[in-house]
Amino acid sequence: MNIILVGMSHKTAPIELRELLAVPDSRMGEALNRLMAHEGIREGMLLQTCNRVEVYAVADQVEQGFSAIQEFFVDTHLSVSAEQLMPRLYCHAEDRAITHLFRVASSLDSLVVGEPQILRQVKDSFQEALTHNATGVILNKLIKKAISVAKRVRTETRIAENAVSVSYAAVELAKKVFSDLSARTVMLVGAGEMAKLAAQHLVNHGVHEVLLTTRDPVRAADMAARFNGVSIPFEDFRANMHRADIVLCSTGASHYLIAPEDVERAVRARWNQPIFLIDVSVPRNIDPDVRQVDNAFLFDIDDLESHIEQNREERRLEATHAESIVKDEVEVILKWLQSLKATPTIIALRKRADALKQAELQKALSRLGPLTPEQQEAVEGLASGIVNKLLHGPLVALKSAAQSSNGFVYIEAARRFYDLGRSLPGQESVNDHDVRAGTDVAMDEIASTSTEDPEQERIPRRASGL
Amino acid sequence: MTVAFLQLTLGLYFIGILLSLVYLLRRSDVLARVALAATCIGFAIHTVVLAIQVFSGEAGVTFHKALSFFSWSLILVFLLVVLLQRIYVLGAFLLPIAFLSLISTAVLPSETPVLHPMFQAVWVHVTLSMLGAVGFAVAFVAGVMYLMQERLLKSKQFNVLFFKLPPLDFLDTLNQRSMLLGFPFLTLGILTGAISAQVTLGAYVSWNPEQVWALVTWVFYFVVLMGRVTVGWRAKKAAYLTIVGFAGVLLTFLGVVLKGNGISVS
Repeated sequence: MNIILVGMSHKTAPIELRELLAVPDSRMGEALNRLMAHEGIREGMLLQTCNRVEVYAVADQVEQGFSAIQEFFVDTHLSVSAEQLMPRLYCHAEDRAITHLFRVASSLDSLVVGEPQILRQVKDSFQEALTHNATGVILNKLIKKAISVAKRVRTETRIAENAVSVSYAAVELAKKVFSDLSARTVMLVGAGEMAKLAAQHLVNHGVHEVLLTTRDPVRAADMAARFNGVSIPFEDFRANMHRADIVLCSTGASHYLIAPEDVERAVRARWNQPIFLIDVSVPRNIDPDVRQVDNAFLFDIDDLESHIEQNREERRLEATHAESIVKDEVEVILKWLQSLKATPTIIALRKRADALKQAELQKALSRLGPLTPEQQEAVEGLASGIVNKLLHGPLVALKSAAQSSNGFVYIEAARRFYDLGRSLPGQESVNDHDVRAGTDVAMDEIASTSTEDPEQERIPRRASGL
Repeated sequence: MTVAFLQLTLGLYFIGILLSLVYLLRRSDVLARVALAATCIGFAIHTVVLAIQVFSGEAGVTFHKALSFFSWSLILVFLLVVLLQRIYVLGAFLLPIAFLSLISTAVLPSETPVLHPMFQAVWVHVTLSMLGAVGFAVAFVAGVMYLMQERLLKSKQFNVLFFKLPPLDFLDTLNQRSMLLGFPFLTLGILTGAISAQVTLGAYVSWNPEQVWALVTWVFYFVVLMGRVTVGWRAKKAAYLTIVGFAGVLLTFLGVVLKGNGISVS
């Protein structure tokens, strides 16, 4: 039983190649069947995101498994040749494969370190594999562990803490001016996508009122409905700017729509209460000289980007902490895998039986009083005979199971029946569902694990670009 | 005994300050919590010290008592704001002021600059004035923090300090509230001072420097508060004005200290 991984990511292959290997959801079952049809592949899961295509598998032989999965990739798309593909693929086995999976799930290997989408994608892929019966005891355990590691990383480090998307950065900065957004009004000038996204974030954070203005009345009505906002005629928005605490600007105009004088007037009308302006349009719609106006805070797309860059740096620092968590967890899972090997189980079983026999013998002999050597021998022979005959069946089954492909099921069962070494540190949680590694159990667990990120929750999965 | 307690208090406040300053540059909240714990313990001991100072039977209101009371009240306000609002960063700004005023009691010659208890109620005047000063000290600190955060926002420097400092509107509100708190106390302090001067010296105002400064400070804060209500002197302008106003408070303090024997000399 070997855990192996073959795949390619944004680090090794360009998008043009990655997208060729992507399997559409509708054909996932077929792809998994094709994967499992390869000889020596016992369990498999296909993980694909915008940034990676990977196959995790349990294989009889490492090298044979590698070539089987490589073959699977080559067969995925007609226009992909082996020569083109091979140098892009990375192949890992055992602890390196496990480490890779944990790092991927924890978003340490992502393009944007700490982004939350990947965990959902791992769960989806797992579910897909479960649905098509592609995974078994080992992968089920491994992937559930990966999901729990990812959650641990999220809660114990600040890796996902700060905004790394432009629209969310706007919210984060607004919160540095206004402590309580629920008493604030936001004005949306234009109907640009990014501004709409930022406005959505602000609404999610409980902004009190949304004012909208755009040249196109149809769009204005549309947006007013979406944000439950008040539409203002485009010609009047400057005169109404003082009503807004936050102004989000994103139009297609090629000139400045908001001049320093407009902002000055608004700040005066607001009695010097700060006003926060965000210009996400290119070319810019707010005159950069607005920066000079007291109590007005203007941020353009570059400022937001630099804010994000800072957060990314922060995440990179947190990543080192996360790496050590991953390392610990890999140790735990390796111990579990070790326990699935036959020989140690057989030895442990014998030891346990022997200890029981000796204990019972001592009790019986002390109760019987002095015996002749022959009598003592007979009693001991009786005990040994029963124990050996009882153990014979399980031991033979275990030995033969060790040679077979799903022997670890027997081994795991034996460990549970005879209560062998269940107290290995950190193993309790790992052991819970192995024997009844049914799909339903695994599914339940996925369903119960919700780790949505507030930053991403309302953004469609595909639109996040991750 | 009192000296040992005072030194212990100073030591704990100093630890609080050092940790609060390091906290400004670090992401973790742990330092701030330790700083807060040190300050809390220091505050408890300080309370004992203050009680001994006030009730030990030494007659009259000394600078030691007054400054110790100022420092104690400032720490009290700090602890209240931090515990209610979790703005740990305030420690790096408020604690040094409390520390300096407390340590100056150790530096000033003991018991010499006594405000003579000619008028029994002189402690009322001192207490009220000190409470006024506490309000203005907090307003001052809020103003400084406001200007720092404003500058960081304007210059787009998203550093650790930027993350630590509270939002602008919080600082502006803190500035306003502490001024509104300090002003009535200052007013009553000046009134009781004038009455005690009338009783002891026969004149409400003798136009010595600290009285002049006190009046100038009062007029200044009055104008600032009025400006806030009537023409919107808030945000950046209010921050600047409270910083200038606190300089007036300090000069009044200095005037009283330099006069040495306070109201007994005219």
